[in-house]
Amino acid sequence: MNWRTSIVVLGVVALLAFLVWGLVKKGESSLSLGEPVPVATLQTLPEGGEGSLEDYRGQWVLLNVWASWCGPCKAESPALDRFEKNNRDRITVLGVDTKDLSEDAMKFLREFKIEYPQLRDASGDYTDGKLKTTGVPESFLVDPEGNLVAHYPGPFADEAAIEAFAAPALKDQAGTTGDQQSQGGGSK
Amino acid sequence: MKRLGLLLLLIGALATPGFALAASASDQAPGPQPRASLPEIEDEVMCPVCGTLLGLSHSPAAERERVFIRKLIAQGKTKDEIEDALVAEYGGQVLAMPENRGIDVWAYAIPVIGLVLGLLGVAWAIIAWRRRRPDPEDEQPSEAPSEDEADRLEKDMARFDL
Repeated sequence: MNWRTSIVVLGVVALLAFLVWGLVKKGESSLSLGEPVPVATLQTLPEGGEGSLEDYRGQWVLLNVWASWCGPCKAESPALDRFEKNNRDRITVLGVDTKDLSEDAMKFLREFKIEYPQLRDASGDYTDGKLKTTGVPESFLVDPEGNLVAHYPGPFADEAAIEAFAAPALKDQAGTTGDQQSQGGGSK
Repeated sequence: MKRLGLLLLLIGALATPGFALAASASDQAPGPQPRASLPEIEDEVMCPVCGTLLGLSHSPAAERERVFIRKLIAQGKTKDEIEDALVAEYGGQVLAMPENRGIDVWAYAIPVIGLVLGLLGVAWAIIAWRRRRPDPEDEQPSEAPSEDEADRLEKDMARFDL
């Protein structure tokens, strides 16, 4: 095989490898259960700070991706807010506003009186690129080690649906809380 | 060699407008800008969720983006100021055309480099082809016909009375 043929063969092989790599990457359509949930440093809402999912390592986190222009996000917000208020000692709800105007996002938070922490992914690089979301809303249940336990694309119908989704966290934390209480009671 | 020089000169002449085009976006003389209009901006920015130009989208996110642009137009902002505000809100991907600085400049440079390399490849192929083509003067005379062929030729000529 002369050098010209070698270059052509190498070029064809490189092109095919590039196409296969593209297909494989495209095939990875969502995060797999058990795999570490990607993290990124994002701006907070209201603006003025930075935060990351990594800041909540050691806690159960329900990461909810939303946007103010999204009707289903509005529909699920009251239930999500109630769930957070009722379970904030067992699980952290972390909102990630995506592809949204900051003014609209703040209006949304005020309208629904949402108090749980919020991050802002203005470009969608984190939500689309790393979390591989396909729309809004989408929710991810993340364990204290930062691994994905459950994924919920779409809006929660009610608080019961959120409790069912977050059941692993609620059960785990119920056991931990119980142990801590019994240990605390024993020491008194 | 002279031909190669001419070809390279031709390639350079063809490639120059490409570079000039790429550079022109950043070299525009600064001056007072005309009042911005929504259709003009819609053709230069993207809808944040649809992957299309804003002008082609009517999604709720696109409508909010339009409201934002209209508000800035009403405030008397120029097109550049509005596009800067959109980048601040949504990130650089909101611009339909990549910015002509930093790594984005490759979006302009790569097609030009590709064109130059392609033209060089064509030139190289033409030169190689011309070199390989045998000179008619150097062509060797064909071998003499074999005995069988000579006999057959004789017979055919006799048959056709030539």
